[in-house]
Amino acid sequence: MKELLVLSGKGGTGKTSITGSFAVLCKNAMLVDCDVDASDLHLLLSPEVQERHDFISGVTAKVNPEACTGCGTCSTICHFEAISMTEDEIALVDPLACEGCAVCAHFCPDDAIVLHPNHCGFWYFSETDYGPMVHAELKPGEENSGKLVSLVKQKARELAEEMAIDIMLVDGPPGIGCPVIASVSGANLILVITEPTQSGLHDLERVLGLARHFKVEACVCINKWELNEEMAVRIEQFCKGQSVPVVGKVPFDKTVVESLVQGQPVVKYKDCNASKSIANIWSAVSKMLTQEEQK
Amino acid sequence: MARDEAGPSKANREKDMKIAVASGKGGTGKTTISVSLALASNKPVTFVDCDVEEPNAHIFLKPDISGSEEFYLTVPEVIEDRCNYCAKCRDLCQFNAITVFGHTIMAFPDMCHSCGGCFLVCDQKALKQGKRQIGKVEWGTSGHIKVFQAALRVGEAMASPLIKVVKKKAEEREIVIYDAPPGTSCPVINTVRDADYVLLVTEPTPFGLHDLKLAAAVMKELKLPFGVILNKAGIGFSKVNKWCEENDIPLHMEIEFDKDLASAYSRGIPIVEAVDGLKKQFADLLKELEK
Repeated sequence: MKELLVLSGKGGTGKTSITGSFAVLCKNAMLVDCDVDASDLHLLLSPEVQERHDFISGVTAKVNPEACTGCGTCSTICHFEAISMTEDEIALVDPLACEGCAVCAHFCPDDAIVLHPNHCGFWYFSETDYGPMVHAELKPGEENSGKLVSLVKQKARELAEEMAIDIMLVDGPPGIGCPVIASVSGANLILVITEPTQSGLHDLERVLGLARHFKVEACVCINKWELNEEMAVRIEQFCKGQSVPVVGKVPFDKTVVESLVQGQPVVKYKDCNASKSIANIWSAVSKMLTQEEQK
Repeated sequence: MARDEAGPSKANREKDMKIAVASGKGGTGKTTISVSLALASNKPVTFVDCDVEEPNAHIFLKPDISGSEEFYLTVPEVIEDRCNYCAKCRDLCQFNAITVFGHTIMAFPDMCHSCGGCFLVCDQKALKQGKRQIGKVEWGTSGHIKVFQAALRVGEAMASPLIKVVKKKAEEREIVIYDAPPGTSCPVINTVRDADYVLLVTEPTPFGLHDLKLAAAVMKELKLPFGVILNKAGIGFSKVNKWCEENDIPLHMEIEFDKDLASAYSRGIPIVEAVDGLKKQFADLLKELEK
């Protein structure tokens, strides 16, 4: 099975719009949304949820005030400044700061600290008009987004195998940190969506650095390219210098926003300029994925 | 409603005002807004770029960098000949950063969260403190603005420790502005949690509204007062305005989508310098927030 991961570094460059369109063009791919803390792909693909599962990960410390003698050991050894002593000399855990390392519970001389498992969110298996989809929802403010991404990808792979699906389209999170690294694992090709701005170029450099670090082949698409043609040229030159192919440029097209408002992938509007470019990019990318197979 | 929940942070307000600019969805204009606020202020400003994964504010503020510091986490290194393979460290570690099987022990420093538990639990003194580079913090000035920023090492997963470090480094001044990363998880929480007020930047699309709702839920959970700035107004739909109204969330400003603004942004020019009248709007917004 082949995994295409769509990333961007910078947010809002068009990852989800383009992944949603690929879902239409590819027909029967396993569709995966790895942007678990602000997932949007479902707004384009309208999945019908078939299964919902809990995502439980990590622990949070909680003090039993009756057992606590106020010795302060936990507060001293906590590296995350998550435990303070109240005026009544009772330890108090700040659950937002608690990393779940369990060190306080282990060293508490009075066994006054209990570790509670975190219910961090849900993951879903759904059906869409374009193929099955695995997606997730991290509860607002929860941790462990990287672990949820890994879980989503693992479940998607298992289901794809069961269903004899040979391609996985993965909408990635922004940035280059924990959830992005989790989504890169197992990818065969990374498509980076960038925009012709200085921020776009700066973030592209970092995300291509990440692809190189994890030795995954990458290619680039410049979205809304004619908003600054000079920057688009600079990005193309930069990619050339890095030996990273630019697989296409998508023009700024009002149909993209209109289709989004309608909750439809833009390629459903076949005649618009953006759709034509996205279709060309899809054929270039799917070719790269097949070539990858022959290597 | 959101404003009534100001909570414990109000006490800080006399000495300084911390404003965090966050969004949920990426690319809505967090950096544009936070840079505009900093430039519009007539007071000394500390600007902290907390998007350590993709820091971009420097493109617009162009600070003269006067100092920098590499930042490391303390991670375990095994001194094999002292280890008796009791596996207490492995059993304590919640992050699978140490494994022991038979007479083999291995540390995986990339997995380590630096809780320090393994050093404490080892009776044999078989672990010494190694270090893992997380990223680099830099500081400098740009006119009346002191800029603090950090870049996560490419390949490093943990952004939150670096966010905490850059915030600690940042000097307290009358106005402190935090430019947050996108999303709603731990890096965002670590950025906004000590803010006096949070501005959520969004765009008038289904993605913008959906992610705004998530971000608003986080702010409510943290009991932080917040309001909304609608960027790229005029494209898409009007549901964001309606949602703010229905939920009693202040909509502080709408910035019309404009190709001149987009073009200035693309060249690294702050929008308050590209379009007349915008600087005053941001100065007024600052005054409104200080009340």
